[in-house]
Formats: sequence, structure tokens, C-alpha cells
Amino acid sequence: MQVSVTVNGSVRTLEVEPRMTLLDALRDKLALTGPKKSCDRGECGACTVHIEGRRVLSCMTLAVMHDGQRITTIEGLEQHGDLHPIQQAFIEYDGFQCGFCTSGQIMSAAAMIEEAKAGWPSAATTDVSQSFTVSDLSDVEIRERLSGNLCRCACYPNIVEAVAYAARRS
Amino acid sequence: MHPFTLSKAIDPASAISAAQDPHLAFIAGGTDLIGLMKDRAALPERLLDINGLPGMDQIEPTPDGGLRIGALARMSDVAANIEVRRRFPVIAESLLFAASGQLRNMASMGGNIMQRTRCPYFRDEDGLPCNKRQPGSGCSARYGLNRTQAIFGWSDDCVATHPSDVAVAFAALDANVIVQGSAGERSIPFTDFHRLPGNTPERDNVLERGDLIVAIEVPGRIEGRASHYLKVRDRQSYEFALVSAAAALAIDRGRIMSVRLALGGVAHKPWRLPAAEGRLRGLLLDEVGPLRVAIATSFTDARPLAHNGFKVELAQRVVLRALQIAGARA
Repeated sequence: MQVSVTVNGSVRTLEVEPRMTLLDALRDKLALTGPKKSCDRGECGACTVHIEGRRVLSCMTLAVMHDGQRITTIEGLEQHGDLHPIQQAFIEYDGFQCGFCTSGQIMSAAAMIEEAKAGWPSAATTDVSQSFTVSDLSDVEIRERLSGNLCRCACYPNIVEAVAYAARRS
Repeated sequence: MHPFTLSKAIDPASAISAAQDPHLAFIAGGTDLIGLMKDRAALPERLLDINGLPGMDQIEPTPDGGLRIGALARMSDVAANIEVRRRFPVIAESLLFAASGQLRNMASMGGNIMQRTRCPYFRDEDGLPCNKRQPGSGCSARYGLNRTQAIFGWSDDCVATHPSDVAVAFAALDANVIVQGSAGERSIPFTDFHRLPGNTPERDNVLERGDLIVAIEVPGRIEGRASHYLKVRDRQSYEFALVSAAAALAIDRGRIMSVRLALGGVAHKPWRLPAAEGRLRGLLLDEVGPLRVAIATSFTDARPLAHNGFKVELAQRVVLRALQIAGARA
């Protein structure tokens, strides 16, 4: 089947089998290897990309279901040669070790801050009936909201610091 | 994954007609179906992408103070909706305690209540015996590792639990599943939607071939605001429940006027506690002893398996704490 998607600002038309996941299409058809294929079961978050600005797992959706949509991978996060504030924060706070989960962590964190700005509560929010603002984004909130991204090097303390720093400056 | 074809649904009528084909499956978020296909626990030959069906992603307040939640609304959008959060905190919380931020952005509400058990034997890639996956092959969990399985309503053919969190909240609130089928639209009480396994555990629910879930309707409930979802699991986040409880109640001067309770992680369907609900009425919320006695009346028919005896005690404590937290919101 033919599918046309806007990936990191460019329109790309692909010929894919219906069974091809978005992750495999990005990696194998478009050579975008930033999204990582780790668990391939929606359990680790290493394949996180944005579809229409929302963070999703590219291993758990089919490429053909996204015709006409806007997809951003880690390769497209920087703007005009400037790193995204989350990318910069990961460098400053040493938010990684082996780096395998990092693109997923960064894509997830970037969209998570937007969710917090939009007032979304989380499982760490004491009273979901009250409004939520990005200034309520405590370390406990950040850990809960990023629990879908596993880091087997266990760099969590530095990841949380990096995301908290980026959230404060956003 | 095995090869399959995919087409896009234009309108509900043609989707329902196409789904008379036993080898066709609807796909919305895909977060459960794609995992099942990867594990070869589902092998549909044709997928029908229903994401384009118009108007099915809306969340609308109803005149009686309730809500109509479209089947294609995403978990994250429902959890973030301010009407949901104010009228029924238990719904928002049950969604937020499920899955991860990425999965909640993808998964539809209809798909959530259709998700299949997380029993590891059911999803085993090597195809260990499982009556749900291969009817007649046996139940590996009955005398196998069954720490996470049911304590209520199981049969020798299946001891699996239903994994949905929000289904537990919907059961407690007596929601209805709105279904369109070849004979038109009908409303299924949420507590009748999922089945007990009996000797046909391959059937999770009462849907017939071709049925399309279009919405879930939650009636206006005085108990909705003072509600809470409490989930206990092996890790603090991003994990299925060992035991969970949805509690919603109405209180007058510290006394329970009415209460709705449902448990997750204990049965093949969300498990209501009618006996306890009856006995709790009239009790003071701060008198823990009588509350415990009342809750225990719903556990006399608990039948734990070899490895999950802990769930009987844990579930009663979870219900008590959910009640207390919900009550503090009254």
C-alpha cells in the first residue's frame, strides 16, 4: 500500500505492506534510526516519536494508518541547527549512559512538558479535579509521566534533573 | 507479523456489514491488537481501520449529569477532560493509572474495554495450552503459575483476569456500552458486558459478530464526585493491577448513604461487591472495625488459587482505603 507522511518537515511517499509498523518504516524505509527497536511490544518506550505533536510508540502502530499525518523523530527535533531545550538539558545534566533509550526519553519528555502545559493531570496528581500547571511538575510527577521510558543503565536521577530543568525554562 | 490486508471504514453501517466476516477485525489505537498479532494470539486476515468514523471521538456531558464517551476517544483525552475529572475522578484516575503516556495517547476507549487478558500463558509465543487462545487445549495457569490470576468466578477451563482499569470504574458507576450491530443500536449494562469464563473462555464479552462499540455512557451519579481508583501492583507505575478498587460514595455527616464498589485484577470481569455495598450503607466512615466486617461479606465466596491467596486479604484492604480516600472528597 502507498502511504504519504510528512516526516520531520518533508513529505515522504512510501510503498509498505500493511503489516509494517511505523517504527520499521521509519528505520528501514527512511533510514531514520533514531527511534530504536528494543522490546517491540510497547513496554520500553525506545521507539517514541511524535504524531501530530503527540508522543506515541511507533512499534505499536501500522505505517499505513498514518497517511497524511505529521511525524517527528529525534532527527527532526532540533530547529535551524539549534538543539531542542530537552536535548541541551540531557547534555548538561548527563542524562544518559549507553544512550540506547535516550532518543525515546527525549521525545517522550518534550511532548510530556507540552501535556503538562495543557493542564493534563497524572497518576501522581493528588486531586485530578483541580487544574494543573507546568509549575506543578515535581520530580514525582516527572517520574510518573515518564514511566513508559525504561533506562537499563538506570540514569533516572539525571534524566529527571534534565527534564525538570527544561520544564522550568519552558 | 503474519500478512493481512487493511482498509478504512467509511461509515458505521458498512463497517458492521464488513465485520460479518469472521476473519476481519476492527483496529483503532491498535495497542493491544498489534501486540496480540506479534504474539500470534490474534491472526486476522483483514483489518478495518475505524479511526475515520465521524464523531466517535467526542466526550459529551449528558443532561442528567452524566457523560457520553465516544469509543474512539483516546484514553489521554478522556483523562484530561475537565468534566470527566470533576464529575467522575474515578474515571480519570483509572485511566491515568493505566499504561504509559505514549500508550494512553494511542489507545481508544472502545479498544480499552476490548483488551484481552495479560495471562502470560495466553500470550505465550510458543503456544502453551490455553483455552482462551486455543479452545480445548487446556488451562496452563490452573495448576501452573497463577499468582496474578483470579480469586472469583473462575472455572477449571480459565482462571484469567480482565486487565482494564477503566472498566472497573465503569462497572462501579453502572455505565452502559452503546453498541451498533446488524439489528440496530442497543445499550448493554457494563456489568453484563464482560463474561465469566465458564467452559467458553475464548469469549471475553457478550458482543456478537459485526457489533461495533460506538460509546460508553455514564449516568449522572451523586456518588461520582466522591470517588477514587486505587491500584496495587508489583511496581509503582506502568504495570497491570494485582488488585484494584473503584469506590464511589455519598456521605451525610460522616455516614455512608450509598456506595458503589468494584474490584479489578480478581476475576474475568470487573467484580462488583453487592453484599458489601448493602452492608456499608449507614455505617460511619471513620469506624474502621464495622467497615472491615461489612467489606468481608463480599469475600466469603473467594476461591484463591495456589499462588494468589494474598489477593483475598489485599483486596479487602484496598477496598477500605479506596473508600476512605473517596470519602474524604465528599
